[in-house]
Amino acid sequence: MATVASADAVGGVRGAADAYLAAGYYHAYSVVGLVAVVGVLFVAVAFAAGHLLRPVVPTREKMLTYECGVDPVGEGWAQTQIRYYVYSFLYVIFAVDAIYLFPWATVFAAPGFGGTTLVEMFVFIGFLAVGLLYAWKKGVLEWT
Amino acid sequence: MSGTLDVVLRLVAVLVAFLVLPLVVGQTEHKVMAHMQGRLGPMYAGGFHGWAQLVADGVKFAQKEDVVPAGADRRVFQLAPAVSLLPYLLVLIAIPVGPNGLVGQAIDAGLFFVLAVMGVGVLGSIMAGWASANKFSLLGGLRTAAQLMAYELPMLLAAGSVAMAAGTISLPGIVQAFHWWWIPWQLIGGLVFFTAGLAELQRPPFDMPVADSEIIFGAYTEYTGLRFALFLLAEYAGIVVLCALTTVLFLGGWHGPLSGSFGWLWTLVKTALLAFVVIWLRVTYPRLREDQLQKLAWTVLIPLGLAQIALTGIVKVVIS
Repeated sequence: MATVASADAVGGVRGAADAYLAAGYYHAYSVVGLVAVVGVLFVAVAFAAGHLLRPVVPTREKMLTYECGVDPVGEGWAQTQIRYYVYSFLYVIFAVDAIYLFPWATVFAAPGFGGTTLVEMFVFIGFLAVGLLYAWKKGVLEWT
Repeated sequence: MSGTLDVVLRLVAVLVAFLVLPLVVGQTEHKVMAHMQGRLGPMYAGGFHGWAQLVADGVKFAQKEDVVPAGADRRVFQLAPAVSLLPYLLVLIAIPVGPNGLVGQAIDAGLFFVLAVMGVGVLGSIMAGWASANKFSLLGGLRTAAQLMAYELPMLLAAGSVAMAAGTISLPGIVQAFHWWWIPWQLIGGLVFFTAGLAELQRPPFDMPVADSEIIFGAYTEYTGLRFALFLLAEYAGIVVLCALTTVLFLGGWHGPLSGSFGWLWTLVKTALLAFVVIWLRVTYPRLREDQLQKLAWTVLIPLGLAQIALTGIVKVVIS
């Protein structure tokens, strides 16, 4: 908001205003970057302090995988049937669709669009619904 | 120079909120759960109703030995808690607290940013589950991944509905555009968003990734001391972030009587009420089974989310 207001104050010189907006954009994300730096520092300090505070007395028994309290049998990276893979396929399909929702959502009710975009929206939702119904009918949403 | 000072102040404020609010929620959970179950909860630490219990817990965690199992993938195992914690810190900076720019940093694509970054936290659990070299941890990690897959989509759809209503994806912009009748209008979306958020945070009744009666403690089984504490902190920071986001998107954020001077208080009060509901749900509902969870997401929440988008679209075009 403040960026827009100050961009106006620059005085309607289009190029300058654009440059100013871009500067605001980079400013916003550089602050986000700084937060990330603060976070990494916080974790680093916590780990370093923990290193100084805690005892280190390893024994062979202690270094065993805990698992459920009983000595582990076989390898930790056990083979398991990952039944969720179908969901991940579904998710990828739908999530890619859903991303297009956001740019569209900001303009769809703008003057001059109205009914057209509403029809488009129902086509979009229709696609998603048919896909979901198909998956449902195929039985991939149930386990047994 | 005042610009630099301003940024530093914002960073400090976000870090303080990030470290204090989760502890407040955690302590509230201790006390609220206890009273709902006819107990007193912590009473000793700090003297007054055990207010310092979590501080004492923190001191205890910091002194505990940090055990990395010999069979584990050491580096990944050690990094996992940080990966699961830091995204919530990043999200906090984008959440508007009050009117007139009372926000860590206004980001143009705030809604998009927030949803994208929140999803990263789950990677920490997957890393922990894989690196532990523990069968139960692996199962827990996979369940976490599956849960994210199932619940990210309804969350996106519900958030998309709000973006349609407001005509912007900037978080302060969305609160700015809010009117009281949005609450009934976006009610379904709000419920879908909150439920999906609970599932993403692995809070009961959606806590199968850490189901103690099935898989010990899921991805966190092998963790001790400080790293375990960071995972717990991530869970409670997640509650704060989810409740704050639900407040901002569906409950009008800072709107309320006297919002000009007390807007920030309204945001905090609404967030606190939602956090109370999160705790209440934990005490009330039993855990769902893993397949029931997937079924709920794909056959109930996603259709509801699509219906909300249709409703939002029609109403918005009719009134504009």
